[in-house]
Amino acid sequence: MATVLPHEGVESAPVAPVETPWRRFAADFLESPLAVAGLVVLLLIVGIALVAPFISPQNPYDLNQLDIMDGNLPPGAKSAPGYIYWLGSDDQGRDMLSGIFYGLRISLGVGVSSAVLALAIGLTVGLFAAYAGGKVEGFLMRVVDIQLSFPAILVALILLAVLGEGTWKVIAALVTVQWAYYARTVRGTALVERRKEYIEAALCLGLSHRRVMFRHLLPNCLPPLIVVATVQVAHAIALEATLSFLGIGLPITSPSLGLLIANGFEYLLSGKYWISFFPGVALLVTIVSINLVGDQLRDVLNPRLQK
Amino acid sequence: MSDPTLLVEDLRTAFYTKAGVIRAVDGVSFQVGRGKILGLVGESGSGKSVTGFSIMGLVDPPGRIDGGRILFQGRNIVGLPEPEMRALRGSRLAMIFQDPMMTLNPVLRIDTQMIEAVKAHHPEVSDAEARARARDTLGQVGIPSPDERLKSYPHQFSGGMRQRVAIATALLNKPDLIIADEPTTALDVTIQGQILFEVQKLARQTGTALIWITHDLSVVASLADEVCVMYAGRVVEQGSVDDVLDHPTHPYTEGLLRSVPSANPRGQPLRQIPGMTPSLLRLPPGCAFRQRCERASAVCATAPEITVPVPGRRVRCFHPILATVPA
Amino acid sequence: MTVFIIRRLMQTAIVLVVMSMIVFVGVFAIGDPTAILISADSDMIERERAIAALGLDKPLWEQYLYFVGGAFRGDLGKSFVFNMPALQLILQRLPATLELAFAALVIAIFVGVPLGMYAGYRPESPVSKAIMAGSILGFSLPTFWVGLMMIMVFAVQLGWLPSTGRGHTATVFGVTTSLVTPDGLAHVLLPAVNLALLKLSLVCRLARAGMRENMLMDYVKFARAKGLTARRVVMVHVFKNILIPLVTVTGLELGNLIAFSVVTETVFAWPGMGKLIIDSINNLDRPVIVAYLLVTVSMFVFINLAVDILYSVLDPRVRLSEAKG
Repeated sequence: MATVLPHEGVESAPVAPVETPWRRFAADFLESPLAVAGLVVLLLIVGIALVAPFISPQNPYDLNQLDIMDGNLPPGAKSAPGYIYWLGSDDQGRDMLSGIFYGLRISLGVGVSSAVLALAIGLTVGLFAAYAGGKVEGFLMRVVDIQLSFPAILVALILLAVLGEGTWKVIAALVTVQWAYYARTVRGTALVERRKEYIEAALCLGLSHRRVMFRHLLPNCLPPLIVVATVQVAHAIALEATLSFLGIGLPITSPSLGLLIANGFEYLLSGKYWISFFPGVALLVTIVSINLVGDQLRDVLNPRLQK
Repeated sequence: MSDPTLLVEDLRTAFYTKAGVIRAVDGVSFQVGRGKILGLVGESGSGKSVTGFSIMGLVDPPGRIDGGRILFQGRNIVGLPEPEMRALRGSRLAMIFQDPMMTLNPVLRIDTQMIEAVKAHHPEVSDAEARARARDTLGQVGIPSPDERLKSYPHQFSGGMRQRVAIATALLNKPDLIIADEPTTALDVTIQGQILFEVQKLARQTGTALIWITHDLSVVASLADEVCVMYAGRVVEQGSVDDVLDHPTHPYTEGLLRSVPSANPRGQPLRQIPGMTPSLLRLPPGCAFRQRCERASAVCATAPEITVPVPGRRVRCFHPILATVPA
Repeated sequence: MTVFIIRRLMQTAIVLVVMSMIVFVGVFAIGDPTAILISADSDMIERERAIAALGLDKPLWEQYLYFVGGAFRGDLGKSFVFNMPALQLILQRLPATLELAFAALVIAIFVGVPLGMYAGYRPESPVSKAIMAGSILGFSLPTFWVGLMMIMVFAVQLGWLPSTGRGHTATVFGVTTSLVTPDGLAHVLLPAVNLALLKLSLVCRLARAGMRENMLMDYVKFARAKGLTARRVVMVHVFKNILIPLVTVTGLELGNLIAFSVVTETVFAWPGMGKLIIDSINNLDRPVIVAYLLVTVSMFVFINLAVDILYSVLDPRVRLSEAKG
C-alpha cells in the first residue's frame, strides 16, 4: 500500500482488513482445496481416535463380545448378535471397523507422542548447538549427521533387536530415529537467525542467554520446525506400522493398524482381503492427510517461494 | 535513416496473478536508433525490467503482452512464434542482467556457455571457430588472458569480470540491440565506470542500439542520448538526456533529480520524494504519482495524457514544470 | 582432490570405530554376552569354556579389542539356527538384496527424474498436478501394505506375476543374478517396484523442486536470452544443476533401499539379508544380528564416502574450494 499524505489518507484509504501474519497464513493455507480436504479428514481421524470407545460397534478387545463363529466374515455380513460387519471381521470374529477405530488410537498415540518427545530433544540440542557454536556445535552436528546417514528403519531395527519388544521401547526407537531431524532443522534456521541483528540487539540489552535462546531465537525457528514435525508424525506412524507388521514393533496387546494388517497377511492369499485391506486404507488415509497438510504448510511457510 | 532499430508503441504487459492483475507495463512507447543509447529510468517496480523482458519475448506466465507493438527493424515481434523469436534472441537482440553472480550457470564452464551461444544461431560454425570468437570477444571487453579464462568456471571470476563475461556473451553474435538491465548496479563504482565506458564505445563503433535500464540518473547522464522516465508502468517523461536532466518538467523526474546526493547542498538533509511507489495491484485511478506530488490538484484524479510542451519533449502531467524550460 | 579423499577416508575410519563401539556396547555390554554368544542349550562346562575363550572375564576394553580382532578376521560367531559362520551367512544373502536394491534404484531414477522434471517445468498443467498427487501417495503408502496389495492384485487375482522367491538365476561375469533370466525378471518385478515406490516419489519431488527453483534463476533467463532452445536450457543448464542434489540423494538412497529391503523381502519372501535379519530377530539368532549390523553399517559408511567423492566431482565449486583447502 502506498503511504499516503495524512490528510488525504483518512478519506481515500480503502477499508481492508488488517493483514496480520496469522490471517495471511490462514488465507495462504486455504488456497489449496486439497490441503483443506486433508485438514478436514485429519481432524475427522483425530476425532475418531479420541472417541473410539464411544462410537465403535463393539469393543474388539473385550473377549466376551467376540464370537469365533463370526470369524472371517466378509464386509456387510450380519453377526450373530445382529449387527452388521460393515468392513468384515477377522479370524477371531472381531469387527474390523471397531478394530480400526481402536487401532487409530494406538497408531496416532504412538506417532504423536514419539514426535513430541523427539521434537523436545531435537529442539533443545539444535538450539543449544547453534547457540554454543564452536566445538560443541561441531560435535553435536557430527552426531546428527552420522545418525541421519543411517536409514530410520535400520536404526529402529538395531534398537529393537537390542532392547526387545514393548510399547515404550518402540516409542524410544521412534524418538531416537527422529530427534536428529529436528536438531538439524532447528540448528540450520537458528544459525541464520542468530546472525541477524535482533539477536545482537537482544544480547546488547543484557538479556540472559536462556531468554535470548528461547524467547527470541526459538519463535523465529518455528516455521520450518512445524513443517518437519508434521512430516515426522506421518513418518513415525508409518514406521511404527512397519515395525509392528514385521513383528518387532508393538506387542499384541496394543493392536495398532500395522498389527491388524499383519494379522490379515496369511488370509490375503486365500482371497480374504478385507482383514489387511481396510486397516491399510485407514493407515493410508491418515498418512496422506497429514502429508497434504504438511505439504501446504511447507509451501506457505517457505519464504523462498513467497512472491 | 529508415526505421529506427526499435520502435515500441503503446506496449502493455500484465501479470495475471491470484491476487489480481498487475499492469506492469501500461502503454509504453519509445524508440531507439542505430548506435543510440536510451536510458530507461525508474524505481524498482516501475516496469522498466518488464519492458526489457517484453522486448526479448521473455515474459513468462502468469505475465503476457496484452497490447501494443514492438517493431524491431520495422517488423512487429509481438506474438512472433517461439522459433522465430528464439532466432532473434541472442542473435539480433541481446540482454544483460543485473546480478553477474546469478546470470552465468555455476556448473558450466565459460567456454561451454559462450560456444553454445554462437552455435545456437550458427550451427555450421565449428567448435574451434566458436571458441576463437568467444576468446576474441572476451578480449574485446577487457578480460586478460581470455584463452585461460575460457576454461574457468563462473565462481572463479570476480563480480566485475563476470559481468564482462556476460556482456561478451551478449556481444558474441553482434546484435543490433542490447538491453542492459541494471548491469552495473551490483558492481563497485570504479568497475561500473570502466564498464560504462567500454559499452558506450562498443555501441558507437558497431552501431548497436542500446537500452540501459537503471534507477541511477548519474549513470544515464554519463551514458545515454535519450532518456525515458517510468513510473508505475508508464512513461512519465521523455526527451534528450541534457534536456530532461537539466530541465525536468515532470514533478517525479524533478523529485528524482533532487534526491541525488550531489544535487543537495552539503550539510543539509537529503531531499526525498515523500511516500513510496504505489503497489501496482491497487493503483489508484488518475495520475499514479498524485499522492506523492506537491503540484497535485483535483484534475489529477483523472489520468493525464502525454503532452508535448516543447518539441522533442513528451510529458504525462497536468501541471508540468515549464518555468525553467527554454523554449 | 587426493587430500580431500584422504581426509574423508580418515573420517570414515573414525565413524566405523565409533559404530563398532556402539554395536559392541549395545550388544555385549547392555545385553548379556553369554546369552548372545553361547547357545542357550549348552551345558555349564561348555559355558565356562566359552566365557574363558571369549575373554568375558577380561576388562571391557580388552573385550572390545578382542571383538574388533574377531571382526577383522571375519569371525563374528556362528549362527545358532543355520550352524554356520554368521558373516558367511550374511554374505551369501547379500547379492539377492543388492540385486533388489539396484533394480529398485534404476526404476526410481528412470521413472522419477523425468516425471519430476516435467512436473517442475509445467507446474500448472493437470499432468503435473497428477504426478505430484501421485508422489504424495507414493510417500504416504506404507511399503509393506502396498506390497500386500500388489500380491493380492497381480499374484492372487490376476495371476500374472509370482509373489515369492527369486526365480531362476543365472551367472553373468561371475555374478549370480535373477536379472538376466525371464523368470528371474518376473520374480524381481513386483518386489523391485514395491521397494522403488517411496524412492521414486522422493526422486520425483527432488527433480521437481530443483527444476522449479532453477527455472526461476537468472542464469536460465540469460540462457534463454542467448537464444538457446528450451530443450538445451532444460536438458543441459538446469539438468546439470539439478543433478548435484539428485546424485547425493540417490546415492544415499541406495543405502536406504538396502535397509528398507527388510520390509519388501519379508513381504515377498525374497531370500536376501533383510529377510534373514527379521528371521534372526524372531529366532534370537544374535550372532547373525551382530554380523548384519556390522556389515550394513560398514556398507553405509562406504556408500556415504562414495557419494561425497562423486558430489565433489560433479560440483566445481566444492571441487575447487576443497583443492585449495
